[in-house]
Amino acid sequence: MTHYSDLEFLKLSRGQKIGYKTASFFRSIPIGIANFFKKIGLGIGKGCKAVGREIADIGRTFRDGDIHTKMSFFIMGWGNLARGQILRGLMFLLFEIVFIGYMVLTGGYWLSMLPTLGTKGPVKELDPILDVFVTKYYDNSFKILLYGVLTLFFIAAFIYTWRVNIKQNKLAEQILKSGKKLKSGREDLRSMVDDKFHKTLLALPMTGIIVFTVLPIVFMILVAFTNYDGTHDGYYSNLFTWVGLDNFNTLLGWSSGNKAYSAAFGEILTWTLIWAFFATFTNYFLGMMVAMLINKKGIRLKKVWRTVLVLTIAVPQFISLLYVSKMFAKNGLINQGLMSLGWITQALPFWEDATWARITVILINIWIGIPYLMLITTGILMNIPQDLYESARIDGANAWQQYSKITLPYMLFVTGPYLLTSFTGNMNNFNVIYLLTGGAPTNPAASTAAGSVGYTDLLITWLFKITTGAESKYYMASVVGIMVFVVVALISLVVYSAMPSIKNEEDFQ
Amino acid sequence: MSTLSSTERTAKRHMGINTSRRISNTAAYTVLILISIIWLVPFVFIVLQSFRVESTWQVGYVIPQKWGLDNYANLFKTDFPRWYLNTFIAAVATAVLQTVIVLCMSYTLSRFRFKMRKPLMRFMLILGMFPGMLTMIILYRVLKDLGMTQANAVPGLILVYIASSGMGYYVSKGFFDTIPKSLDEAARVDGATRFQVLKKIILPLSKPIVIYTILTAFMGPWGDFVFARYISFGTSSGMNVAVGLYNWLNRDQIANNYTMFCAGGVLVAVPVTLLFMCLQRYYVEGVTGGAVKG
Repeated sequence: MTHYSDLEFLKLSRGQKIGYKTASFFRSIPIGIANFFKKIGLGIGKGCKAVGREIADIGRTFRDGDIHTKMSFFIMGWGNLARGQILRGLMFLLFEIVFIGYMVLTGGYWLSMLPTLGTKGPVKELDPILDVFVTKYYDNSFKILLYGVLTLFFIAAFIYTWRVNIKQNKLAEQILKSGKKLKSGREDLRSMVDDKFHKTLLALPMTGIIVFTVLPIVFMILVAFTNYDGTHDGYYSNLFTWVGLDNFNTLLGWSSGNKAYSAAFGEILTWTLIWAFFATFTNYFLGMMVAMLINKKGIRLKKVWRTVLVLTIAVPQFISLLYVSKMFAKNGLINQGLMSLGWITQALPFWEDATWARITVILINIWIGIPYLMLITTGILMNIPQDLYESARIDGANAWQQYSKITLPYMLFVTGPYLLTSFTGNMNNFNVIYLLTGGAPTNPAASTAAGSVGYTDLLITWLFKITTGAESKYYMASVVGIMVFVVVALISLVVYSAMPSIKNEEDFQ
Repeated sequence: MSTLSSTERTAKRHMGINTSRRISNTAAYTVLILISIIWLVPFVFIVLQSFRVESTWQVGYVIPQKWGLDNYANLFKTDFPRWYLNTFIAAVATAVLQTVIVLCMSYTLSRFRFKMRKPLMRFMLILGMFPGMLTMIILYRVLKDLGMTQANAVPGLILVYIASSGMGYYVSKGFFDTIPKSLDEAARVDGATRFQVLKKIILPLSKPIVIYTILTAFMGPWGDFVFARYISFGTSSGMNVAVGLYNWLNRDQIANNYTMFCAGGVLVAVPVTLLFMCLQRYYVEGVTGGAVKG
């Protein structure tokens, strides 16, 4: 494909321009992905080099260091204590003691059990005193996996701290050699609210994120490679164990005999993407229109109109969604009302028919979503320089031309990143789908072995159903979750690399 | 003659503009009124039905034949007050703690330049692409071991709400980015520590974003359904309003509880909505700023 310069591009006819733009968008997809993997490759290369440098530096430090530095390789904090930094030294020492204590007492056990996730499940044994059979519990796969991961985290933290300890020794030696004084404990504490203030501020949020997000996500990714479910809960019923890629095979169906999951996955993924597309763009354009309507010159009571719409945001979503869902039900207000008016004789199948249900959720989502978009776009619309419109009017541009040549490009430019997040947000829009339809109507073809699957189910509601369903197939939920991540990440990657606000940052400045 | 005709023409053209503007404005008003009706109707209906006494089931008309407060009175014979209290406690605790966490995070990422800043932000972006629901399975089991599920769901819920809230730093970071850095630098030159800069300069300027963060944090627990349902796990005394009211609309319960659901919905919506409307300005500022900066 030929590449046009800006001037050549302007000479093209309208059709050619559109064709060129579309082609170059699709051309940019593989390039974007390739670049991404190239970056990853370079990153790994850089990482390896960095590790090499670190090891070399550690070696040099040991060779050139004095006795205190050498001792610090084995007893963390030794150097600090010897050089008078009591507070730091004690912290390092304490950390080492806790770490070694943990590893000896329990950490080693968890780590050694990690490859098997436990070997001895619950057994019925004859109790010699009571002379009855009682169930005795032994290994706990869940705990082994959880504490195994935790121990790995702990080891990583220890290695990092050990490295910091060595670095500090090297630094302290250099400072003392140059005749300066080391920081005292008091100064250390003071730097916590001064030049090290960011570490203090980040401590709490990052602990929360690591314990409640990173650790669970690592755990759940690992669960995708096990058979952890309701009947293999790892302690009370049966142990669970590693199964390799079996679950991915079940979901994607590359060689498994049972295609139920892969069929359901295909259907749900397709609908999820369709839903996200319509939910995002209907809201975007209609919300922009409403905002422009309210902004229109000569319209009074602007505040009133806005407040009416904002009410939908203010009322907790579950109330409005559940209520509207029942309004459209078979015997709900709308059907009963229309029947008593004599307009229809049979209830309209809002939630009973697949196509009806899909269109209805999109329509109701417009009702939910327009107010947000109205708020967001109002501010941006007012920021568009008015002289652009004035000169367009002087040149004789009509309203549509002004919209399509000024307003829309400007909006797309500014809200590009928002559109992307809103698309991925809609893919995971649990509340709207679950509270409106619960996934209904049921899709009998896809539901056979994959639990109950509905025509309006998104991947995220499917995940929820798998988790809370009768069999609680946690491992399948986990695979679906990973798939959600993969899809979201791919879309973000492709769109992000093709987005004008990233590519041509200066266009509107 | 010629001058007269030209003025006439101008007048005519003005009239043309005026009429066309009047027509387009009338059309705009019609659309706006229509929109307002569509947006308000469900809320009006829910209020009307909460006062309906003659039947507890869905009917084909809107205005009750017999008005009364029975539905509201009946609410207090159920677990509803407990759910309400649960949600309220969770909301207040989340509002306070989440605001502290989010502000720490966003202020740091906006104001400090340290080596791990960019990797950290990228890492959180990627982390955010995993569905949060995935973590529910393990969190439930861990919280259960800690005794923070079922009847004691509230502390567990608070923990879950606030723990990862640091990842939602985008909007307030965008706000902090707009405060000129020269303010910080001037204070630093005068010998203020970083902490003093935050306390004496940044925080007084950050009222809008603090209110926005408190408001959104407070509203969150009122609408949370997934975690509340999973952590309370069928135990009524540990539920929040969303889960409790959702159960009333189950197929086997809706016939008796539909109007009571409406009454409960009104009791939940009114205070939250009033609060929101009072602080609307801050919400709009936050949302607009957040979207532009992405």
